[in-house]
Amino acid sequence: MNEPTTAMGYRRNVLDSREHVARRTPSKTPSGRAQALGLRGAVYAAAGLTFFVLLFLIGYILVRGIPYLTPSLFEWKYTSDNCSMMPAIVTTLKMTGLSLLIAIPISVFTAVYLVEYAKRGNRLVGLIRLTTETLSGIPSIVYGLFGLLFFVTQLGWGMSLAAGALTLAIMILPLIMRSTEEALLAVPDLYREASFGLGAGKLRTTFRIVLPSAMPGILAGIILAVGRVVGETAALMYTAGTATDAASGLLSSGRTLAVHMYCLSSEGLHTNQAYATAVVLLLIVLVMNTISALVARKLTKS
Amino acid sequence: MKKQQIVEKSMAGLFFLCACVSIVAVLLICYFMFANGIPAMKEIGFGNFLLGTTWAPKNEPASFGILPMIVGSVCVTLGAIVIGVPIGILTAVFLSRFCPKSLHGVLEPMVQLMAGIPSILYGFFGMVVLVPLLRNIPGCAGVSLLAAAVLLGIMILPTIINLSESAIRAVPDSYYEGALALGATHERAVFYAVLPAAKSGILAAIVLGIGRAIGETMAVIMVAGNQAILPRSLFKGVRTMTANIVLEMGYATGIHREALIATGVVLFVFILIINLTFSVIKKRGESA
Repeated sequence: MNEPTTAMGYRRNVLDSREHVARRTPSKTPSGRAQALGLRGAVYAAAGLTFFVLLFLIGYILVRGIPYLTPSLFEWKYTSDNCSMMPAIVTTLKMTGLSLLIAIPISVFTAVYLVEYAKRGNRLVGLIRLTTETLSGIPSIVYGLFGLLFFVTQLGWGMSLAAGALTLAIMILPLIMRSTEEALLAVPDLYREASFGLGAGKLRTTFRIVLPSAMPGILAGIILAVGRVVGETAALMYTAGTATDAASGLLSSGRTLAVHMYCLSSEGLHTNQAYATAVVLLLIVLVMNTISALVARKLTKS
Repeated sequence: MKKQQIVEKSMAGLFFLCACVSIVAVLLICYFMFANGIPAMKEIGFGNFLLGTTWAPKNEPASFGILPMIVGSVCVTLGAIVIGVPIGILTAVFLSRFCPKSLHGVLEPMVQLMAGIPSILYGFFGMVVLVPLLRNIPGCAGVSLLAAAVLLGIMILPTIINLSESAIRAVPDSYYEGALALGATHERAVFYAVLPAAKSGILAAIVLGIGRAIGETMAVIMVAGNQAILPRSLFKGVRTMTANIVLEMGYATGIHREALIATGVVLFVFILIINLTFSVIKKRGESA
């Protein structure tokens, strides 16, 4: 029984020994050895460069920015003296909550429709796939222009929290939708059949059985969407505007942290504060990504 | 029983309506972009607008030629591809075929993180690190086409790496094993048997990278210099279409504003073509 007898077992054995085999077959000719060495060197150099740049970027911003994180940067009121980022943080929280509130139901229900309800060969499904793919390819500046033309000008909301949140909601729609769809597809049909067998209807099965078991995947998508909203600048500059006070109502303008950072760094007067803002922004993104990775890992384990 | 059926039906209807939102959104975006941009193009004249080399909205008479910006966008994107594609593909090769499993568990989330870092942070990094670095080159202004290309090359890395890696992983192991059996080294087997088989996936990755690069806004603004003239050299400043919109939208009025929206339309058409190319390549790869 020690020898793997099935095709699958044999295959696994081969895969396990891949590296071993590769090391045992050096090229016979000098030119072949040189080529192998060159290719290997190029691969290692490229990978090294990629991860060096990433670590350098993170390290540089943290090292240069952390010393400037002073209490005055977190005062409730923004003045041109303290450049406080607190109003921007508040606006960012509101903006994130609002856009998620709009985008989550729509994108989750769309995924439910595609996976659970749509019949095979339904033409509409192809069209929905095409449009979501288009949406995920549109650059944020085009979203910003659209938001300006539609929400701000056509609907007459002015530069406001609502206009910004709706623009962002459309932007993150494909993101949440795709991860939800993948999570729903990963739920085994056995669950659905068992639920139907116990007499539950389609709706009950969807909400009580399918969606709860797909929750980690959906959550991972939502967290990525949060990261996207927090980091967005171009789509917000002309939809939510750049007012320095925290947005108080749906129709008042306010700048999110990313927009705040752009304003600081393009003015060029407050470089130190820009560094500090970059640190906060970077930390938020780091935390979001870590949580998303952990949730996704839990999903693949179970 | 009756009531439950009504609930089932109406919820099914609600799911369907939500599914239609993305279609409506795309239609709305297309309509508002084109309806606002096309009239301005007509007023300026399509030839004058697309091929004119002078962008001077404040002159009397004003001139709205966006050729410098189109050329700028194309140049910056080309530069990003030249820098980002080889490094991205080689890194994908490393992650899929050279990297020990334990290391892969660390590097994979790092690539995701790289994709998640906001463009404003990349831009800031470019402004405070890359630009001063390039200023050391004689004749280089720092803020330049080169700076934008390098920064965008870095920013498209995660896109290229992710898609190329899954394309390489999708190649059946028999290709690799067959090459080894014929006496190829590990490196030769990967580069001459596996990579060519992953060609269409890698091509799709490059196309998506182009889309990301040409649509990038904030990072480019912060390092490109933004002069609205045809770029003369790698070391001189350049303005992209995206930068043109963001820089002037704040104070533009009348025909100037419409010309900016028309710039957005041109960019939008570029993106639609790139997206279409991407899905065609992807579909061909799936059917092959």
